Amino acid sequence: MVPLSYYLLLSGFLFACGVLGFLIKRNIITIFMSIELMLNGVNLSFVAFAAHWHVLAGQIFVFFVMVVAAAEATVGLAIIIAVYRTRETLNVDQVNLLKL
Amino acid sequence: MPSFHLILFLAFGVVCMGGAINLLAQRHPINSALSLIAVMAALAGEYLLLGAEFVAAVQVIIYAGAVMVLFVFVIMLLNAGIEEETKGSRVALLLGVPGVLIGSVFVAWVVLRNSGTEAVPIGALPGHPTDIAQLLFHDFLLPFEVTSVLILIAIMGAVVLASKPDASERKAN
Amino acid sequence: MNPMLNLWLIPVLPLAGAAINGFLGKKSSRQAVTTIALFFSAAAFAMALWVAMRFSSLALPYHEYLAHWIRSGTFSVDFEFYLDQLSLVMLLVVTGVGFLIHIYSVGYMWDDPSYYRFFCYLNLFMFFMLTLILAGNYLQMFIGWEGVGLASYLLIGFWFTKDSAASAGKKAFIVNRIGDFGFLIALFLIIKHLGSLNFDRVFQSVLPLSAETAGAGLLTAIGILLMVGAAGKSAQIPLYVWLPDAMEGPTPVSALIHAATMVTAGVYMVSRSHIIFERAPMALTVVAIVGTLTAFFAATIGIVQTDIKKVLAYSTVSQLGYMFMACGVGAFSAGIFHLMTHAFFKGLLFLAAGSVIHAVGGEQDMRKMGGLRTKIPWTFWTMTAGTLAIAGIPGLAGFFSKDEILWRAYQASWVYWLVGLVTAFITSFYMFRLWFMTFFGEYRGEAESGHGSDSAQDAHGSHGHGGIHESPMVMVIPLVILAILSVVGGYVGVPGSLGGSNHFDKFLGPVFHVSAPAGAQNALGEKGAPEQETEGPEPKTGASTELMFTGISVLAALLGFTLAWQLYYRNPQLPAKIAISMQGAYQALVHKYYVDELYGALFVKPLIDGSTRILWQGVDRKIIDAAVNDAGDGARHLSDEARHMQSGNIRSYAGWIAAGSAVVIAFMVWMAVSR
Repeated sequence: MVPLSYYLLLSGFLFACGVLGFLIKRNIITIFMSIELMLNGVNLSFVAFAAHWHVLAGQIFVFFVMVVAAAEATVGLAIIIAVYRTRETLNVDQVNLLKL
Repeated sequence: MPSFHLILFLAFGVVCMGGAINLLAQRHPINSALSLIAVMAALAGEYLLLGAEFVAAVQVIIYAGAVMVLFVFVIMLLNAGIEEETKGSRVALLLGVPGVLIGSVFVAWVVLRNSGTEAVPIGALPGHPTDIAQLLFHDFLLPFEVTSVLILIAIMGAVVLASKPDASERKAN
Repeated sequence: MNPMLNLWLIPVLPLAGAAINGFLGKKSSRQAVTTIALFFSAAAFAMALWVAMRFSSLALPYHEYLAHWIRSGTFSVDFEFYLDQLSLVMLLVVTGVGFLIHIYSVGYMWDDPSYYRFFCYLNLFMFFMLTLILAGNYLQMFIGWEGVGLASYLLIGFWFTKDSAASAGKKAFIVNRIGDFGFLIALFLIIKHLGSLNFDRVFQSVLPLSAETAGAGLLTAIGILLMVGAAGKSAQIPLYVWLPDAMEGPTPVSALIHAATMVTAGVYMVSRSHIIFERAPMALTVVAIVGTLTAFFAATIGIVQTDIKKVLAYSTVSQLGYMFMACGVGAFSAGIFHLMTHAFFKGLLFLAAGSVIHAVGGEQDMRKMGGLRTKIPWTFWTMTAGTLAIAGIPGLAGFFSKDEILWRAYQASWVYWLVGLVTAFITSFYMFRLWFMTFFGEYRGEAESGHGSDSAQDAHGSHGHGGIHESPMVMVIPLVILAILSVVGGYVGVPGSLGGSNHFDKFLGPVFHVSAPAGAQNALGEKGAPEQETEGPEPKTGASTELMFTGISVLAALLGFTLAWQLYYRNPQLPAKIAISMQGAYQALVHKYYVDELYGALFVKPLIDGSTRILWQGVDRKIIDAAVNDAGDGARHLSDEARHMQSGNIRSYAGWIAAGSAVVIAFMVWMAVSR
């Protein structure tokens, strides 16, 4: 019997790691992967709650999260490729043309 | 003697956490990608423990099998190397990290306070494909169809974005 | 019940003239403008005569109600007219002398490019002056009061392209304003404590009050404040400084406004309010002292003036001082008598001076005149009449009025009489000095050489006539008429001691003799009861004493004549030597006791400095402008700082988001926990 809180704590930990990765890392692709990590953490949370409350819709929602994550990863990586072509760099600090 | 459930949970959990930390720690993106795959695999195990068998399968097939492969391909394509050390943003480090930590502390505190001891039995909610399909194609049909449109758009977008610029350059000339 | 006299026509006729000339005059011919102006002022005079003829059949005082004006709670003010003997005298003087001066101005201003504007303003002045005189309440009088101040400003600054004229106009208006402030406070006090501004109501409510003893009290305050207003309008100390400067205006203006009519408004106002003054002995004393001091002070300055008009200006201030002295000792009818005779001879003197100036082509400095009596005989003889009158030579108008004042002053205090006597001596001296310098001796000027002198102050400075010439008939006839009046005008007031029956004082009796405070001795040391003329035996003196005093003042006048004769005819080089030997005193007089400089340093300069440094540079620039500018600058700096947040760096954005979400989470937790 695993308490629900363990699942939630794990989920939170994964999410926090994802945010930290977003803040710390300088490679765009790594940042993207941190986003995926965040989404995974959230998925775990959904499934845990679904199990706890016996609501199957929680697992359905995980599907949608995954679909969206996949679409987002696709488009995002395409953008990264486009950016790489013009800027020749994957360092996010050097992609700052939008500054004032 | 901790229950089998707990041992399995901890095993998969450790792999998750380790993979997450490794993702942060590694300097080369390919190592981070591989860590992430490990995390996803372990998560699939966690899902199984919760009884979501279909979700676990989809996690492995789609997430670990397609999305992460795409990541690896892009890393290879762009020849991403070791991360350079650049001074990016002080704000991110000064404000963001403490922010995250504080936020997670709060969340943890709330979680522990409210649901400290309620247990989820192993395989609590069996997610048979039949049941999931029932929900998916009856109650959640519209979101299902919309997401398929979304995927279509994403494909088109990706193709346009990633296509070589030579074609448009030739047109411009 | 009185028949309707339509008194309102008397002021309105000149107003119509002013309006017509003002709006249409620019495009009209000189003849048309002249006709309009003369017609309307003649009409006013004719109406005044008509009223005078019907006068004896009226029940006095005559009230005419025109329209109601202010109704505010219990306080109300109407447009109303009031006629009694006092206003009739003033009315006849103003319209009569005014009309004569209009005629004179036709000749004097004929060559001026703004001919129509002059007559527009002149008629406008008549309108306001008549409103003042015929007013039935203090507020309407104040309208006229302010209006004549306005007309005076317009006319003094008539040649406004000249800096000195414009400044003089400003000075007149501003100094008048200061006096008006006192007048206004007095009006406020009257409203608050007596409830109305209507003459009848105010005087009825004051009538039963007894004289206020020594100082404090409502009536004293009102009296002194009214005197402040009168000091401004009638050029007494300390607000006389505008009158000499007002000589920048054309000479007919000086004659009409600054000799005969406007400056007498203060005397009229004080006389009208005599009921209040008689119950405030302290205020009366103030009036007397101010008048006496001014009379002496101005006369001393007049001794050394070289501009012919300035001499007459200071003389006017001095004579006005006499009138206030008379009012101050309670001899209101004597003051009005002198006002009337002064209007005649001072108006004459100014007009004749204008004629002299016209003759010599614009020169006003007497040192450049001389020997003119053979060349401009009409002017000479009429001016002689005026000079004799003002000096108080027996037989002419000024003699009777001035003597009456001195006699009444003596009965109040020998100090007043002595100062008045010395002033009479000085008056005679400087007037004959003017007479000798202008008309006798050798001609010292340049007009013989054909062109006018280049200090041409007037419109006809450069006639190109060549040579000294007599003025045209249109200017000479008013001079003659006024000369006749200066000679015979005094006979209405021959005192009993000389065999007459002082019709004038009797005529004004009903106005001034009803009012002494019941039973109490007023501060003049006379018994309550009518201040009768020297008909019956006075407690102090008798008719023979009065004759003796008359003789003394004649002596003073002759002494002045002799001194002037010695210094300016027999030994013309003497005055210069005297000036050098009494250098300090002479300089003080020439610089008018440095009063203008004193005012400049005390009031004008601090005001201007304060305005410049404190209000303009301090408040306007540093506070108001700075507030606006700094608001703009501050906004710019703020946004300049804030823009750094938009760095284009994804990680910093993420950092902000993380921090923000932490705050939100904390808030939510706190909200949940504190339930």
